[in-house]
Amino acid sequence: MSGPAAEWDAALAEGRFLIQQPVDGSRAVFPPRAFAPGTGGELEWVEASGLGTVYSATWIQRKPPEPPYNVVLVDLAEGARMMGRVDGVTPETLHIGMAVKARIIAGETPVIVFDPVEQAHG
Amino acid sequence: MGDIFPRGRVSVAGASTFGVGEMPGHSTIEMAGKAVQLALADAAIGLPEVDGLFIALPDDLFAGLSLAQYLGLHPRFTDNNRAGGASFMSHLVTAVTMLEAGYLDCAVIAYGANQRSSGGKLSTPARPDRWDAPYNPMYPLSFYALAAARHMHQYGTTREELASVAVAAREWANTNPEAFAKGPLSIEDVVNSRLISSPIRARDCCLVTDGAAAMVLTRTDRAKDGPRPLVPILGAAAATWYNSVTQADDITVTAAAESGPRAMAMAGLTPGQINTVQLYDAFTINTILFLEDLGFCPKGEGGKFVASGAISPGGSLPVNTNGGGLSCCHPGMYGMFAMVEAVRQMRGEAANQIAGAKTALAHGNGGTLSAQATVIFGNAETI
Repeated sequence: MSGPAAEWDAALAEGRFLIQQPVDGSRAVFPPRAFAPGTGGELEWVEASGLGTVYSATWIQRKPPEPPYNVVLVDLAEGARMMGRVDGVTPETLHIGMAVKARIIAGETPVIVFDPVEQAHG
Repeated sequence: MGDIFPRGRVSVAGASTFGVGEMPGHSTIEMAGKAVQLALADAAIGLPEVDGLFIALPDDLFAGLSLAQYLGLHPRFTDNNRAGGASFMSHLVTAVTMLEAGYLDCAVIAYGANQRSSGGKLSTPARPDRWDAPYNPMYPLSFYALAAARHMHQYGTTREELASVAVAAREWANTNPEAFAKGPLSIEDVVNSRLISSPIRARDCCLVTDGAAAMVLTRTDRAKDGPRPLVPILGAAAATWYNSVTQADDITVTAAAESGPRAMAMAGLTPGQINTVQLYDAFTINTILFLEDLGFCPKGEGGKFVASGAISPGGSLPVNTNGGGLSCCHPGMYGMFAMVEAVRQMRGEAANQIAGAKTALAHGNGGTLSAQATVIFGNAETI
């Protein structure tokens, strides 16, 4: 029987982004754990909506002509926070508070990245 | 219960630095060993009297054992706590309580590193964890950049305010013979320096130097008969909230908001009664975060506070009077150097001595704003 991290990995390999929800209804937990941090309470797996908001962002510079790449912290709609990156943005367009949605890049080691969410025009 | 501290019952009997700046041709244990020798000479205590060893080295997971071997001692206890740059303040908590309890009679805390001579890059076995690693953050720099970016967003902290921390540190360093980085440094120099991981630029970053430091602790009833001015330890608290700052509830609030008030309560002091602050300024944002969290200015106003000149020479709260990690030295885990500068201030022998200073706060930071530990030192008048 695998631990929670391996279970999370297995789901991601199947294209599913799981997150853990405490049964007492408090905010979601990431990274995966065997029990709820701080309380020891029970956790259950739920599918993450993938929706989130950029909490902070940095652009890491590389030797030209390599462009800089970003690293962000994303507050997931379920309440957990994770590191990530936002694709399809520039230092001018990426901003704290930006709405994003998770996408899984499949591969030998699948990775979760984020895309900007088009805001509905009023 | 909890947080009972033997205020003033344990004191710093000896303190030293060795090889600050560049000390080529020395291993880390040689550096640390030399600092221990100097600290014991400072205390006029013989090597065989040492019965507790507290140490963290950048390249040795068994540093406590290595130091016992190097010194040729059979200590009653070794402690190799690795809370990054806060390790040594954490060591002090353990050492003080063990000395007070009578388990130990003479404790040594030591650090040594050859970061500059061994390659000029920060050498650390620490890495991002498996959840952060896929995104290739620079470790630890990008984690501090994320805190700085959020602080700027949340409170309107400016690039120039961050830069003023580096400028203040340089002003202190310029009159400290031991400091490694000297010379003029302007706000413009900092804000125009090479961008590394936004908003952090090259001049927002601490130095990479060699250096070693050590302190000898004994119960105060013994230290008061020693050759050096008495430096009693009035309070000490460690706080650990996570390993990766990714897990912070609010990335602009560190565990210094816990360790600082706890240490000050032990000491019976308020921030207004602290005469000088020595803190771990790995990056310019650190100074702002810690001054807020330790209670020297309100949360969110750290940028304005540092830019006002308050922490600079002649300011109302002298901070990092040796030049700090930004301009004095940064051989990796800086915590020891903050404590030794605080001790020098309490003895009245600092290069940039603050006249009449009776209390000094030393604050260590480890990991990615993860582990925080605060120590408050006094002079003989404070007990």
